[in-house]
Amino acid sequence: MSEKILSVDGLMMQFGGLLAVDSVSFDVRKNEIFAIIGPNGAGKTTVFNCVSGFYKPTAGSITLNGKAIAGHPSHKVAQHGLVRTFQNVRLFKHLTVLENLLVAQHTQIKSSLLPGLLNLPSYRRSEKKALNNAVKWLDFMGLRQFANREAGNLSYGHQRRLEIARCMITNPCLLLLDEPAAGLNPQEKKDLADLINQLRNEFDMSVLLIEHDMSLIMGISDRILVMEHGKPIVTDKPEAVRTDPRVIKAYLGEE
Amino acid sequence: MKNITSAFLAAVLTGIMIVPIFGLQLERKGINTEIVPHWSIVLWGMLIVFAVQLVKPYLFKKRPGVRFNLPRVPTLNPKSTNLLLGLVFVAAIIWPFFSGRSQVDIATLVLIYVMLALGLNIVVGFAGLLDLGFVGFYAVGAYTYALLYHWAGWGFWEALPLAGVVSAFFGFLLGFPVLRLRGDYLAIVTLGFGEIIRLLLINLYEFTGGPDGISGIPKPTVFGYEMTRKASVEGAQTFHQLMDWKFSTMDVVIYLYLMALVLAFITLIVSNRLVRMPIGRAWEALREDEIACRSLGLNPTRIKLSAFTLGATFAGLGGAFFAARQGLVNPESFTFIESALILAIVVLGGMGSQVGVILAAIILTVLPELARQFAEYRMLIFGLVMVLMMVWRPQGLLPVKRPQVEIPNE
Repeated sequence: MSEKILSVDGLMMQFGGLLAVDSVSFDVRKNEIFAIIGPNGAGKTTVFNCVSGFYKPTAGSITLNGKAIAGHPSHKVAQHGLVRTFQNVRLFKHLTVLENLLVAQHTQIKSSLLPGLLNLPSYRRSEKKALNNAVKWLDFMGLRQFANREAGNLSYGHQRRLEIARCMITNPCLLLLDEPAAGLNPQEKKDLADLINQLRNEFDMSVLLIEHDMSLIMGISDRILVMEHGKPIVTDKPEAVRTDPRVIKAYLGEE
Repeated sequence: MKNITSAFLAAVLTGIMIVPIFGLQLERKGINTEIVPHWSIVLWGMLIVFAVQLVKPYLFKKRPGVRFNLPRVPTLNPKSTNLLLGLVFVAAIIWPFFSGRSQVDIATLVLIYVMLALGLNIVVGFAGLLDLGFVGFYAVGAYTYALLYHWAGWGFWEALPLAGVVSAFFGFLLGFPVLRLRGDYLAIVTLGFGEIIRLLLINLYEFTGGPDGISGIPKPTVFGYEMTRKASVEGAQTFHQLMDWKFSTMDVVIYLYLMALVLAFITLIVSNRLVRMPIGRAWEALREDEIACRSLGLNPTRIKLSAFTLGATFAGLGGAFFAARQGLVNPESFTFIESALILAIVVLGGMGSQVGVILAAIILTVLPELARQFAEYRMLIFGLVMVLMMVWRPQGLLPVKRPQVEIPNE
């Protein structure tokens, strides 16, 4: 059993009278692809928002690499190495593809005002490094030819890939993907599955994802958490989840 | 036929609208006030509206392709841009020596506005934070110098950096409460802030001189030598005595102009560098999508504060210079209309576009000076220009071609 990157314990999120997430517990191990599935409105994205710091959970603990991060503001959480993508892609649409990747390196660039204003060698070095890093990821994602285009003009599939590249360039330890396959065609879905596998194998990444596309999920996940009405039903391997009667009931209803 | 009906309707509406304004005028007859109807004005108004409405469709139909196509900034490589910039700078240095006093004076004013607008451009254009109280920081800068002179006898050069620092501090202070706000809400709060500063300046009578302000503020010295006819301290040398020149007030005007030029130039260079730096990229990213920024670990609080602080710094420097130039500061110079004017310059020039902002500063400062005889209609023309601009060219005179980092494809 490898070490845990993220562990969520007894997570609860209440919006007024609505209990959106009710005592959800799971953990993501190092180098694991962990998926959360469930019918619409099951509270998957709410879990994501709590974990990534966009919501302050009502109760429960979230631990990332041994550090408690529940209730931390989202940019702090991201600085700890947990970055996410969004269900509806959130790129900086009017910045170029390259600039999207440069902005993402903001926290790594040790920049103070004066060296930049005077264009000192130290500043030029750090800019050069950021640029090389960005180019590396553009090549990796096959987006090099679009580098100088506005990000908003890319095709949807490319936008998705850019968003993932933008996360990866921050050197995260855990990647959260919120429905990464939504809106992709079959070929792009296949590429996405390959990409996620590649990120895990080559970059030693741990991935937590939400997805509706069952073939994708079953193909790449190591373990799956199934949620319904804000509650966790099962956490298990794909084969076990596929045949679990409770899961079938949640998705198809009872006869 | 449809045209005639709509034109007729428009004319009737005009009639209804202008009867109370133009049609019925109050005239004083002895101790009584009488309502005197002026129907001819109303009828003329209706007739004009009717005629215009009638021909309007044809006017627009005939020239479907008419659009105001102002020149784009030609894309130059960095080397020729620098060369051009240098040439303009040199020309701007030489020019006042062959020019009249009032022209140089107006040019100095233009340069102050260039500086202010470039400062506001950081906040509004780059970071996308609508700031309606920018004049507050301008006032802080001006009063910092004025008060330091008045209470402590500081000279301009000692006070200038401090004016920048104090304004930056105020920008920082304002930044805190407004961090959670965006758009309209932010605009209202900053508007309030500008007014608070002005009202404070009026009401702290003992300290700031209230509505009278502070006068007798000395002009900047040249390396410690005064630029005046007679030295203020007995036995001291003035700059002219040192150089063995004959004193002329024109020299002072030119000196102030050159100083404004240098300050504006520095502002331009600095803000130009800032956009290309990581902080500039972060501003633009924040303007685009705050949530995405946060998800990447960018701290929105710090980024916004830096924009406010840097923008305010430039306003403060401009303010200190303004105080030195006028020799007098009072709260009257820092009303909301100044904020509106600076914002108008930024919007007219094209938000985020530095060349556009400079151009707009020239237009909006020089035009009213040229059209002095129409002074009464100044605000009217001003409003009209803004409306027309928003209709025909909402992106500004010279829409920004963002400085992009480019890499060759493959």
